[in-house]
Amino acid sequence: MSTAKISLREVHKSFGSHSVLNGIDIEIAEGSVVSLIGPSGSGKSTLLRCINLLEPIDDGEIFLDGIDISAPGFDANPVRRRIGMVFQNFNLFPHMSVQDNITLSPVRTLGVNKALARTKALELLERFGLADKVNAYPDQLSGGQQQRVAIIRALAIEPEVLLLDEITSSLDPELVGEVLDVVRELKTSGMTLVLATHEMAFARDISDVVCVLDGGLIIERGTPAQVFSAPQSERAQQFLERIIRAGRL
Amino acid sequence: MGTNSGRRAAYERARKRRSTVVATVSSLAVVTAIVVLVPHMPRWDRVHESFFNGERFANSLPRLLDAFVLDIKIFAWSMPAIVALALLVAITRNSRSAALFPLRILTIAYTDIMRGVPIILWIYLIGFGVPGLGIDRPWNSPLIWGSVALVLTYASYIAEVFRAGIESVHESQRAAARSLGLSSWQTMRHVVLPQAIRRVIPPLMNDMVSLQKDVALVSLIGPIEILRQAGIDKSKFANFTPYIAAAAIFLVITIPLTRTTDWLMERERRRTTGTRIS
Repeated sequence: MSTAKISLREVHKSFGSHSVLNGIDIEIAEGSVVSLIGPSGSGKSTLLRCINLLEPIDDGEIFLDGIDISAPGFDANPVRRRIGMVFQNFNLFPHMSVQDNITLSPVRTLGVNKALARTKALELLERFGLADKVNAYPDQLSGGQQQRVAIIRALAIEPEVLLLDEITSSLDPELVGEVLDVVRELKTSGMTLVLATHEMAFARDISDVVCVLDGGLIIERGTPAQVFSAPQSERAQQFLERIIRAGRL
Repeated sequence: MGTNSGRRAAYERARKRRSTVVATVSSLAVVTAIVVLVPHMPRWDRVHESFFNGERFANSLPRLLDAFVLDIKIFAWSMPAIVALALLVAITRNSRSAALFPLRILTIAYTDIMRGVPIILWIYLIGFGVPGLGIDRPWNSPLIWGSVALVLTYASYIAEVFRAGIESVHESQRAAARSLGLSSWQTMRHVVLPQAIRRVIPPLMNDMVSLQKDVALVSLIGPIEILRQAGIDKSKFANFTPYIAAAAIFLVITIPLTRTTDWLMERERRRTTGTRIS
């Protein structure tokens, strides 16, 4: 058994006749930052959803600390409390204040008492510069603020790993920076991060490992320097050329 | 700014004034036509005597109000039961657990059958049928089984309202809740239902207005509530005015309810949409 925080073996996933993941192998070391890049529809988001057990996989294995969490009948709820997830469209609960969004899971699933959960929520909001928004509702916040709250909500259950699914893709360009700053801060604090992203420059700067996905397979992997400067596979070269031509790198 | 904004405001004011005038004149014309023309109808004096008899109205009103208390009681105990049963049915129907499959089939059959038959028929069938089984007093009262019929039929309609509300909550909300480690029941309870119920309050109020009137149908199997009391008075004095009085009493309750519903709908619309096209 390897010492990876998360490892995937031959993971397959299809929706009906459409196969999305065709045998993904990946090792994610504790405290590392792994970026998944690749064209739309290459399987990045599905891969993250599978790791969070939001989608059952068809074949293969997913290990968390060496335990197969994808085994049939394995209780998903405790696993999800160890693996946080942040979504492209924030998915904050619109009927709850920022504070209630953050404290819902700690109070309901971890049995933290409300006063303590509130104190911790405030600490997190303060750390990310949102303390004044504690009583606001999601609709009253900008996209960047909403996404920062969503990250805080995921952090409030103190996960061991955080999955970030294209978290800046639905933000106005001028709001991307504030969200990426939060991710940088998380890396500094030693959190294990897996991010699907289209922010190539950011992926290059922050990642320990970059994986290029295409057609449900990892076609290229390595350090950012290896992947961005000297990609080995032809398809990865083509993808990166398109990115460079589009001025995204 | 400046001249143009002043002109625009003046134009808007003039337009508003013009539509107010048009509305007032047309309403007045219709009301005048009715008030002036109807009394000229050949049999107006007889209709006036048998439907709008002031003496009969005053005479029946206290009895009708007394009887109306029963309508309000039936409404008051049926409504919470309807909402509870409807929620239960809607949640069961929306559950994704394989273990609940037989229950899901049962709820589908229930909503189909209850909604497919007129309420009056259910009131007769349940209100006469169940006490006919030989249940002892006081549990054989048609009042109880008439109310049960109301609850069962209305819950089947309102379950569909709740179901539509539950289904209108985007899948991504469930994904977010589950990713935080909430169980599927906790997700329903804390994330899906609160949003679903807020969205369906206006149509729900609409059904409550309907229920408030349909309560009178229970009179068909015996209990003396307002409609039946009006019928008794009508027969006793050979005059239809008690029906007019009963209608007036219903309106006193239902008009505020409908106005409240419209106000809630308007508020919801304002909340969810930023701009308004005139």
